Amino acid sequence: MNESFDLIIEPGKGIKQFWSDLWRYRELFYFLAWRDILVRYKQTVIGIAWSVVRPVLTMLIFTVIFGKFAKFPSEGNSPYPILVFVAMLPWQMFANALTESSTSIITNANLISKVYFPRLIVPGSAVIVSLIDFLISFVILGILMAWYQFVPGWRIITLPFFLLLALMAALGFGFWLSALNVKYRDFRYIVPFMVQFGLYISPVGFSSSVVPEQWRLLYSLNPMVGVIDGFRWAILGGMSKLYLPGFLLSIVLTLGIFLFGLYYFRKTERFFADVI
Amino acid sequence: MSTVIKVENLSKKYIIAHQKRERYLTLRDTIARKSKEIGKRLLHPFVSSSGQPLAGLAGTEEFWALKDISFDVQQGNRIGIIGRNGAGKSTLLKILSRITEPTTGRIKIKSRVASLLEVGTGFHPELTGRENIFLNGAILGMGKAEIKKKFDEIVAFAEVEKFLDTPVKRFSSGMYVRLAFAVAAHLEPEILIVDEVLAVGDTQFQRKCLGKMEDIGREGRTVLFVSHNMSAIQKLCNRAMLLDNGRLMADDEPVTVINSYLHNHQPTSECWALDSKKFTHSGPVLITDIKLLDLDNNILKILFTGGGFVLQIAYKLKEGVKIPSASFIIKFKNQMNTEILRLSNTPISGFPIENLSGEGRINLVLPVIPFAEGMYYIDIALARQGQGFYVKLINVLSLYINGQDIYKSGCAVTQTRGLTVLPHKWIFKPENNASVESGWKGAELLSKPAEICRENS
Repeated sequence: MNESFDLIIEPGKGIKQFWSDLWRYRELFYFLAWRDILVRYKQTVIGIAWSVVRPVLTMLIFTVIFGKFAKFPSEGNSPYPILVFVAMLPWQMFANALTESSTSIITNANLISKVYFPRLIVPGSAVIVSLIDFLISFVILGILMAWYQFVPGWRIITLPFFLLLALMAALGFGFWLSALNVKYRDFRYIVPFMVQFGLYISPVGFSSSVVPEQWRLLYSLNPMVGVIDGFRWAILGGMSKLYLPGFLLSIVLTLGIFLFGLYYFRKTERFFADVI
Repeated sequence: MSTVIKVENLSKKYIIAHQKRERYLTLRDTIARKSKEIGKRLLHPFVSSSGQPLAGLAGTEEFWALKDISFDVQQGNRIGIIGRNGAGKSTLLKILSRITEPTTGRIKIKSRVASLLEVGTGFHPELTGRENIFLNGAILGMGKAEIKKKFDEIVAFAEVEKFLDTPVKRFSSGMYVRLAFAVAAHLEPEILIVDEVLAVGDTQFQRKCLGKMEDIGREGRTVLFVSHNMSAIQKLCNRAMLLDNGRLMADDEPVTVINSYLHNHQPTSECWALDSKKFTHSGPVLITDIKLLDLDNNILKILFTGGGFVLQIAYKLKEGVKIPSASFIIKFKNQMNTEILRLSNTPISGFPIENLSGEGRINLVLPVIPFAEGMYYIDIALARQGQGFYVKLINVLSLYINGQDIYKSGCAVTQTRGLTVLPHKWIFKPENNASVESGWKGAELLSKPAEICRENS
């Protein structure tokens, strides 16, 4: 008799067909991301141009401050603006994804308390939105490279792997922080601070070769170090070297964060509607 | 018939935190208190600030929103769930639709469930009508292809063709709600869970919604439906459940359950309330008591449109006081303070009372209440005809008249649809065709006074 029921709701068991539900609601990923993109630049004058202006301005400032004033070295003979921009691609994506996904459950509180769907979709789709910005920035990078007549090597085909790494780090943190945010709104203030702080401890404005050799492994505890180094390795070509022990550490950490974030989210999601 | 939902010993507990509130807070006080608390907590991490152990959770209280509920739902059941506010109806629906988890118990569900706990969940004000149809559809669990297929039908149902590409924040609230309901109404699940969402839009649209719900029922789908609209439940459902304080009190035919709810579970105070502070306690002429009785002289608990009641007024005159021509005046008013009905033994009804003295009672018998559902207020006065008032009690009694499907049409007459009801019939005469008669509507209103008159003659 029991087998004929499709769904059994019991306390503490969570949702059994979690993965099949996630598959059934796969279109919602797309729709929520689509909504956020559509809404994002409504009632702005320059609209989508904002996603061009922001990274370009940041890149200019970093180039001037780190490249010209502080005179940090580039990697090999690659132009400093490209060095910065290549790092900003994953960093901006990570930072946006983190900011958006950590508040996503709260901003969608009305959905959470009135409709059932796999809650994972909410922070997940927030990360997808930042992927769109990433693609726009990638086009700008192309233009920048054309301007400097910079040709990337074969390694660029490994880029999706590093992108995946960045996405996993963003998702892991996103799941975890969005779940924490439901109960402790403190994280609304902690996350922007983390992002600001992260910009300085990640090698965005400078090459990670600036960091003294004995500190490199410790420095790689920041998962974005591995991702950014990977991006530079893939795009800047032969002049960029990958610090392998640190990179492997970053991969392991990223995987760990992703799995922990997923676990924490799954463990707490059933209380969301009661607590939010 | 197969069982599609099986609920076993379902309970849901909430922990309510009571926040202690001062009359007004200053930032300085808050900081001082918080820092004291933090200091204490650092020193004694497992003792709460009020000194009690944390395990006892000072300032919190357990609240069982649902307690030990068990029932089975058969395929094709259309179940109306009724109960007072806070009885646990919405919690039950939330658990069934997997929004929140039960504390104990188990639910087994066969086939796909769609729930509609709110109209327009996930609508984004900046998006256009078209965009919101897709978004809302996806949130409710429809696929893109499914929405595309039903798109035209949804738009036609909502009657918003002209505004499809306007952001919904520019919609009138009626348009907004219509669009939202239209999307939801085109869900096609085997089991539909609906929470009090039919009370939206104008009358015409409400009727359309009810019609849609009926269609869904006719297709043999299973529906769980929470509403305070008894006539809708009577019309749509073939089974009803009554919840009270988180417990399942009745599960039976809709008529039986609705009657037991209306007669036993609504406390008297909700139906009529007497403001006895308004009684005069000294003076030559006193009104000492006012009672509402049913036609068999029992204390009345519930009032319906079309029901009858007796208003009993007890009076007391000081010794030696005599009113030559006494006039008891009773006014019925609505919430806007509009007088709807005034009755007085004299001069209005032409029933003079000469030389009123001592004490006694006077009853006003009304065999039918011709008022629509809503709140009414009553003024009672005692005057000497043409000479002025001895006693004047303004708003001394407030009545809540419950709506009834008085015309047997599925449409409860509430104050928004006019204040009174009347027996009537329609005769339709199309050109070149035989005329069609609707038959008497509101026959209860018509027959009761006649019956009573016959009895008494």
